[in-house]
Amino acid sequence: MADTVIGIAGKDFVVMAADKSRARSIVIMVNEEDKIMNLERNKLLGASGSPGDCSQFCDLIQKNLNLHRFKTDVPLSTNAAAHFTRNQLAQALRKSPYQCNLLLGGFDEDEGASLYYLDYLASLQKLKYGAQGYASYFVLSILDKDYRPDLTVEDAVALLHNCFAELRQRFMINSPNFIIKVVDANGIRVVEQ
Amino acid sequence: FFCLVSFTMSSYDRAITVFSPDGHLFQVEYALEAVRKGTTAVGVKGKDVLILGVEKRTVAKLQDPRTVRKIVKLDEHICLAFAGLTADARVLINKARVECQSHRLTVEDAVSVEYVTRYIAGIQQKYTQSGGMRPFGISTLIVGFDTSGAPNLYQTDPSGTYSAWKANAIGKNSKTVREFLEKNYTEGDRDSSIKLTAKALMEVVESGSKNIEIAVITREDVTILSETEIEQLVTQIEEEKTAEDK
Repeated sequence: MADTVIGIAGKDFVVMAADKSRARSIVIMVNEEDKIMNLERNKLLGASGSPGDCSQFCDLIQKNLNLHRFKTDVPLSTNAAAHFTRNQLAQALRKSPYQCNLLLGGFDEDEGASLYYLDYLASLQKLKYGAQGYASYFVLSILDKDYRPDLTVEDAVALLHNCFAELRQRFMINSPNFIIKVVDANGIRVVEQ
Repeated sequence: FFCLVSFTMSSYDRAITVFSPDGHLFQVEYALEAVRKGTTAVGVKGKDVLILGVEKRTVAKLQDPRTVRKIVKLDEHICLAFAGLTADARVLINKARVECQSHRLTVEDAVSVEYVTRYIAGIQQKYTQSGGMRPFGISTLIVGFDTSGAPNLYQTDPSGTYSAWKANAIGKNSKTVREFLEKNYTEGDRDSSIKLTAKALMEVVESGSKNIEIAVITREDVTILSETEIEQLVTQIEEEKTAEDK
């Protein structure tokens, strides 16, 4: 819950940000953690929740998507990948659930940009923008107010900065650093570290 | 008294691959026969490049040639070509692909060429020593670069043996091709290795370019030569040959 993941989908790009700290109790263990996994060349998977479950689950999804690409010569679309991920969460739910909340964003040639919200109970929802973790209580209203469908990448990054400012001011778990990644027609790149 | 005898279970206990009195595993040798009937595959190790060449059997008129794949990717950096029963190859290749990802998942590192070769050879051996199963009717050529940057070429066969090679051939007329390679192999650059592979294949493949497929594996990526590139290559080789013969 302490992990912050925020995602914004424009017309032809998805911007995703996550905080970079890994902390337990009163100790900050790591300040350089990348919580957004790159899936293939056109998808981002940001995870928030129980740290072991998150990294294990994201690894599992990434390797299974790779296997699918080798078996079929074609990478999965973002929509298919999101449904596959949800399915994995659902199968584990009544056995040994993954305590892992995700934002999956991607860019496909035909579909354009899309962002999906998945939670640990295996729900799935396509969104224009979303956030995971306690941070969502603070930033969703800012995103509600300032999101527009015709945002550019720069606008979206500026919007993210507004979100960070709000978190810095009001959120008790103070995470000084964020990583911002963008996925668009040119692939994945890190905008800010 | 409750007696549970499952006849379906016990009928798969019997071994199919058993020793002959003079120490042969005939099923394995018959599997090698099946490999010998398959289309030829050639592998050549160059200085910083690996080449896989295969003979493409002439497809039926109504068949889509793009769906007949004999050179496949096992992982980002590893390719495989096979000779023998295509369906058996499909099963083995799938297992190898899963193992490549599984290895990445558990040790956070890509497989080495030797690891995946050992894995495939291990499966092939298992099927020569298990109840109710016959050996896989394929030999494979596995190529890739390891972490130190060196190119690797390995071969496996139905018995489950594997070894590294500088250049090798499997399938139909592989003996002829191997002899050609033994006579003409040098550790060359990209172009000379491609040429050597094409020449070796042309020794045994009828009517040149339409029936040859060549994959070039470098440290960075894997490229399959296009039909036009192969045509040009074959024409060039044939011209050189006629010039030499004069």
